[in-house]
Amino acid sequence: MPGPIRDIAVVAFAQSDHVADSSAVSEAEMVLPVLHDVLDRTGLKARDTGFVCSGSSDYLAGRAFSFTMALDAVGAWPPLSESHVEMDGAWALYEAWVALLTGEADTALVYAYGKSSPGDLREVLTRQLDPYHLAPLWPDSIALAALQAQALLDAGLTCEDELAAVAARSRTAAADNPHAQLRGPRPQGDHVVAPLRRGDCAPVGDGAAAVVLAAGDRARALCDRPAWIRGLDHRVEAHSLGVRDLTASPSTRLAAERAGAFDRPVDLAELHAPFTSQEIVLRRALDLGDGVDVNPSGGALAANPVMATGLIRIGEAAARIQRGESHRALAHATSGPCLQQNLVAVLEGES
Amino acid sequence: MSKEPVAVVGIGQTAHVAARRDVSLAGLVREAARRALDDAALDWRDIDAVVIGKAPDFFEGVMMPELFLADALGAVGKPLLRVHTAGSVGGSTALVAAKLVAARVHRTVLTLAFEKQSESNAMWGLSLPIPFQQPLLAGAGGFFAPHVRAYLRRSKAPDHIGSLVAYKDRRNALKNPYAHLHEVDLTLEKVRSSPMLWDPIRYSETCPSSDGACAMVLTDTAGAARSPHPPAWLHGGAMRSEPTLFAGKDFVSPRAGRDCAADVYRQSGITDPRREIDAVEMYVPFSWYEPMWLENLGFAAEGEGWRLTESGATALDGDLPVNPSGGVLSTNPIGASGMLRFAEAALQVRGRAGEHQIDGARRALGHAYGGGAQFFSMWLVGADRPE
Amino acid sequence: MPEVTPEPTAPPAAPEDVLTAPLVVEFPFTRSLGPVRGAFLTGLRERTVLGIRATDGRVVVPPTEYDPETGEELSTLVEVAPTGTVTTWAWNPTPRRGQPLATPFAWVLVRLDGADTALLHALDAPGPDAVRTGMRVRVRWAADRTGAITDLACFVPDDAPAPETAEPAPHHGAFDDPVTGITVPARLDYTYAPGRAQTRYLRALGDRRTLGERCPVCRKVYVPPRGACPTCGVATAEQVEVGPRGTVTTFCIVNIKARNLDIEVPYVYAHIALDGAGLPLHARIGGIPYDQVRMGLRVEPVWRDGSRYPDHYRPTGEPDADYDSYKELI
Repeated sequence: MPGPIRDIAVVAFAQSDHVADSSAVSEAEMVLPVLHDVLDRTGLKARDTGFVCSGSSDYLAGRAFSFTMALDAVGAWPPLSESHVEMDGAWALYEAWVALLTGEADTALVYAYGKSSPGDLREVLTRQLDPYHLAPLWPDSIALAALQAQALLDAGLTCEDELAAVAARSRTAAADNPHAQLRGPRPQGDHVVAPLRRGDCAPVGDGAAAVVLAAGDRARALCDRPAWIRGLDHRVEAHSLGVRDLTASPSTRLAAERAGAFDRPVDLAELHAPFTSQEIVLRRALDLGDGVDVNPSGGALAANPVMATGLIRIGEAAARIQRGESHRALAHATSGPCLQQNLVAVLEGES
Repeated sequence: MSKEPVAVVGIGQTAHVAARRDVSLAGLVREAARRALDDAALDWRDIDAVVIGKAPDFFEGVMMPELFLADALGAVGKPLLRVHTAGSVGGSTALVAAKLVAARVHRTVLTLAFEKQSESNAMWGLSLPIPFQQPLLAGAGGFFAPHVRAYLRRSKAPDHIGSLVAYKDRRNALKNPYAHLHEVDLTLEKVRSSPMLWDPIRYSETCPSSDGACAMVLTDTAGAARSPHPPAWLHGGAMRSEPTLFAGKDFVSPRAGRDCAADVYRQSGITDPRREIDAVEMYVPFSWYEPMWLENLGFAAEGEGWRLTESGATALDGDLPVNPSGGVLSTNPIGASGMLRFAEAALQVRGRAGEHQIDGARRALGHAYGGGAQFFSMWLVGADRPE
Repeated sequence: MPEVTPEPTAPPAAPEDVLTAPLVVEFPFTRSLGPVRGAFLTGLRERTVLGIRATDGRVVVPPTEYDPETGEELSTLVEVAPTGTVTTWAWNPTPRRGQPLATPFAWVLVRLDGADTALLHALDAPGPDAVRTGMRVRVRWAADRTGAITDLACFVPDDAPAPETAEPAPHHGAFDDPVTGITVPARLDYTYAPGRAQTRYLRALGDRRTLGERCPVCRKVYVPPRGACPTCGVATAEQVEVGPRGTVTTFCIVNIKARNLDIEVPYVYAHIALDGAGLPLHARIGGIPYDQVRMGLRVEPVWRDGSRYPDHYRPTGEPDADYDSYKELI
């Protein structure tokens, strides 16, 4: 597999504080400071970037065309070359990366936001399911993840102590992350849907994130140590849980292969695992050994602004490369029930 | 390294009707996808990635429906992207797919857009009443009609132009077997005397609500060489967005539309669109938007678009046929409407448009827009491979 | 029509005293089924569980008209047993709205005898100790069946041993009075919060004042304010009262009665640039015959008790505004 035809890097990353309730601000008011932050780091204005792409969901907001109002925060004037995916912002970054690969732009602004607090997230996410056979039963997102967790336990691939350790490690790491919602360890608590306990589940919260991408010398001019995207790929699996092996994530594996993740070992991985059990699945799919620093940000278990959580994984990994704390990092994003769709990015500092 | 040329080698669409009660959502999208694959003489396994678009999820009541449709689209084990840029989404989706080929990320991509409006009610989906906000006082047409009046004031166009467009597009649709409306008995007089719903917009000058899907197979130079039918080549494509509402916004001729067209013409080497483009499929949900977009897209000077319509230039036998397929006025599965414009433009330059084929069409423009006339996507396709 | 009940409430919990209100998004979606899903749901009504044979010979339940791995078209229906084996499960101690059982239950994936894939549903069991992977279960049918996944009320534990072989029987998929569509109501409850700028605007409206915000860069005044200048991409904060008078910049005459709006037609729906505002807002014009409304007409608000917004705008009697004075505001 040859590498990308053009070198493209993450040159800046910013995020909001992730909070349980952001009712004080509209989406535009939440996104605006994050865009200013990420652009200030590069000295660019939105209108200076060659492409803008965002990710969000109408179903989270409870309003059709919700993304059009968030565009108010961008300053889309003169008109921008702009697009939007009804997906996590990691896929908005993917679309922007492709736009830069074509050579039609040298820089791109990517942002994503999600407010889970206005609705009941467990209930809202049931609307993602097969509308004939699944959605009428209202199986919530924790229930589906619990079915996956039990399959892992049955297969002897994990145990409740290991899940608790994932939760504790993530939230302990998040103590150093000023943006995280859950900073510091929490008790595992009662079963929400057994075998998953409160501590096994991501918090419900609101937040936004943004990334600036740049190509080649432009990236070097905008950033001392760009986080070069060495590979980026995403794959989807069948929708129905009953046709999948829930203990494995072949789409993550395939995306990682295509992104070149196994060419050389990574020293850091930011995994989008809203449930402790899903980190177990992902570590196996990605062959991550004990030497890899997993989710030093605290991951989705410490802050989970749905639709931005995946983009934040790429941003967190890139930020650590920019700070010289990592040389080669893997970032992962997921979408859909029980890791149906997965994206893998491989980032490196200049060597 | 230059971009890989992008070819359209497969085009498929469903029959469009008010309610496709004979198919599931999966069946609807598969009908269009299968036809596009057959056109390209390809199968599901030949597709490297799928890019899907549709308008708001509330229309069908399925959040991110591409997740549940992944298997139906043969996307398992492949990349699947979902685009949503309001009414322009069908066009934007095709452009995202084209970039995957142009960037040499993938060789052959299936792109598809759909709407099954009959699963809910479009007016419900479009106007979920938001607390504290003033209810929309005028329905869908009421949003557009004041802008049409502003155009009338600015251009001093005579009142009958809107009816001319509606009559033309509905007559064109009679030559398009996939079109939703086939009004065989329609006369210009009937259009002119149809009820004035949102003055200055008449009933017959508005678009229908349709169920439907459209799909295309895009591929690289090698893929085009294997195509059993002539490909359409992408010469230029662009998207432009501006904010929803802002001080100084020109709803009659939005700058985003003008900039988008200019970018497409620049990429395509077009300096005189009026002479160099042989057919146009533009997004005209209300008939008056034909003269408005003719100006916005540079086919006529400001205030002169209606003269082009009135002269017959935009008719099927005119020298700048607009919406030979019958356009959005005859078929409107919202999320797919933009891709239908792109696909119909490609059909023209492939010489595969059937009864509504424009003889000798070598270059055609596909145009889509959405939101508060703020999101634009366009492509220019040609019969010849670009330099 | 949907029921949407936006009832403004006092904002006790919201920080900074911003407004919030419930937003209910509810609709009875009508879903056409196509041949395969139609046969499956009709079968459930007749207490028959259908699957479909995939390209590789596997039997997929619930059936889809395409192979879940390859996308190939499928059409060979088979009948599988109403008994099966739990492949994984999860204990749900607190059932939620819309879920199959109102008492604590297990979510289960069940591979029915004769099927090669598993179906998701609920298992009625006394407690988590009574559930394990590999246990045998059978279908409990709903008393009233209409052709829906809920015709299968749930699974229950089954004492009978698994059959030695479970070769599914071919099935024609044809039933009398086939189900071709279903109606699936869906309700989601949200708490809508318009944010800081809109809250300031709404509170001022309560005093019958229209409050805009000026962009610190381009100096345009935004009404309603949205917290950001959309062209400059900067926060707006400076409060500016605009109006109350304004100019009709453009309009349409509405001749079709909008659902859930109690306004007699015809009426005029206009864009009105309030004096001092950088862009028009939308309102109804009254106090003048509809066919005498014109661009440039000068108008003022007419308030009605208990209404958040002006009921309509009426002519002020001033001379019409010159076109050039408002053409940038249309």
